[in-house]
Amino acid sequence: MRRFSWFNATSLTLGFAFLYLPMIILIIYSFNASKLVTVWAGFSTKWYGELLRNEAFLDAAWVTIKVAVISSSIATVLGTMAAIVMVRSGRFLGRTLFSGMIYAPLVMPEVITGLSLLLLFIGIGLDRGVLTIVLAHTTFSMCYVSVVVSSRLVSFDQSLEEAALDLGCSPLQAFHLVTLPIIAPAVISGWLLAFTLSLDDLVIASFTSGPSATTLPMKIWSSVRLGVSPEINALSTIMIGIVTIGVITASLVSKSNVARQQREERAAERLSAG
Amino acid sequence: MPQDVFAPWLDPDAKPIIQFKNVTKRFGDFIAIDDLTIDIYEREFFALLGPSGCGKTTMMRMLAGFETPTEGNILLSGQDMAPVPPNKRAVNMMFQSYALFPHLSVWENIAFGLRRDGMPKDEMAARVDEMLRLTRLEKFARRKPHQISGGQRQRVALARSLAKAPKLLLLDEPLGALDKKLRQETQFELMDIQEKTGTTFVIVTHDQEEAMTVASRVAVMDHGKIVQVATPAEIYETPNSTYVADFIGDVNLIEGKAGEKEGDKLSISWAEGQPDIIGTPQTSFDKGQTIHFAIRPEKVSITHDKPTNPVAFRGKVLDIAYLGNLSTYHVELPNGQIIKAQTANNRRISRRGFTWEDKVWVSWTDTAGVLLEN
Repeated sequence: MRRFSWFNATSLTLGFAFLYLPMIILIIYSFNASKLVTVWAGFSTKWYGELLRNEAFLDAAWVTIKVAVISSSIATVLGTMAAIVMVRSGRFLGRTLFSGMIYAPLVMPEVITGLSLLLLFIGIGLDRGVLTIVLAHTTFSMCYVSVVVSSRLVSFDQSLEEAALDLGCSPLQAFHLVTLPIIAPAVISGWLLAFTLSLDDLVIASFTSGPSATTLPMKIWSSVRLGVSPEINALSTIMIGIVTIGVITASLVSKSNVARQQREERAAERLSAG
Repeated sequence: MPQDVFAPWLDPDAKPIIQFKNVTKRFGDFIAIDDLTIDIYEREFFALLGPSGCGKTTMMRMLAGFETPTEGNILLSGQDMAPVPPNKRAVNMMFQSYALFPHLSVWENIAFGLRRDGMPKDEMAARVDEMLRLTRLEKFARRKPHQISGGQRQRVALARSLAKAPKLLLLDEPLGALDKKLRQETQFELMDIQEKTGTTFVIVTHDQEEAMTVASRVAVMDHGKIVQVATPAEIYETPNSTYVADFIGDVNLIEGKAGEKEGDKLSISWAEGQPDIIGTPQTSFDKGQTIHFAIRPEKVSITHDKPTNPVAFRGKVLDIAYLGNLSTYHVELPNGQIIKAQTANNRRISRRGFTWEDKVWVSWTDTAGVLLEN
């Protein structure tokens, strides 16, 4: 064990405080009985009740979930396909360019992604609404999925697929009977990541949505401009909860598989040695 | 030749199961297989032996259908295999990494190929159980591949590739991941299973001991060509080139010039002030032609007194490699040539005859070595 050090403890506390204090305050104030955000008037869950009766918020929540589920599903399919091409195809002309182009949206400023998509949708005369937000979210979350899936595919033993072919599978059967079940944890965590990203997004959604579709982050943003209400705090707390669960599940799905496998492998080695 | 010896390659009427006809495989500029022609017969245990990069794995992958020849044809039972994809070939492969499906149990792994063929359920169950018995895995049927040991995994891979009763089984370095003791046991198991099932086995290996142990014939490969194809004994005792002599086992190689021929004996002059080497050539050599004389260390005798053998040199012991059952002595002749002599240690170490710096004689009979052109 390392010795306790004041320097380490202070750094840790400051670091975590910097990251989480604002959120903790927000969560605490979501249980505030007072209508005034800055004055504490005792514990209450009434704002959560208010929230459930607020049609506008519920509509926005529905749109957000719809967009998140659809876009993350499409992004997972496309991202997985891109990952397979990148990892499997070996060297071909323009490979570096192609892989760079897949990952570029990761570092592209959201404002630019949003603006360019907006121009595209106007250009092709697509009415802005749920569809355009779904398309926009698919575009940017797809690259996250492909990063997650390709990192799994790199360590995937290609001879597994060859073995499946050798035993009589068509290439398509080999993929869905062997490859997909094995990379499933990575695909699932890619989906969860895309889902939470879509849930979070404000900037790109603002650019690509129309009057018919407002997502939850957009709704929160517009109501905050009229003043922070305890209802918003409650809503944000719920969102923090959902995102946290999503991220933790994503990492647990991939980690527990690895850990279980290692544990059982060690057990098998002991068995054969003893 | 007695009837019970298995040697279809000597029978001119035997139909080969595999024929490589002038097969060449190029990857870009790199020639992996160079104009290769070979026949492999039914029920053979055929070993492809060579250093890494010699093209042996490429040959195997072409048989399985993962690579196609750039030129030439590969025939399986007389049928050209080029247009047949891997999943339609009566060929199965056991992979070096075993390639067991980690998400399926041992039972399901073995049943995988049978399911693809749409075999009826009860028939399939019977076949899988038969395979489990053959490979002594009955107790592990419900386990996942990562819940069993390396040796057991190897047997699952073998059972899975044999389950479909292929005409031909390909084994890519099947024992590479096992430790030495387990590997030796498994070699005999493999031979046993090959005999029981009557399947033709083609094994790829870089381990010459393994090839010699299991194979009915060994093909020694180098740079995409087959240098020699023969039974293990022929490969060892009558290699056709210095490459094969050097690759298989340990050998003393001495370069010299062909001298006078007397009867079936040929004298080789090889160093100033040293007596000629007398050998028995299998092919004819012109006088003055360069000859490589190859002799295995165990055929070299080492003695204190002058021996009666026709070829004998005086030297001193430079090094001793003690291997337990054997000792190899490195004897330096006055001209600097080092001759390796191997003796069985059938006495306890305290009574061993030779030590460092001893003056000794190394000698051999005039039929012990092989005369090679290159």
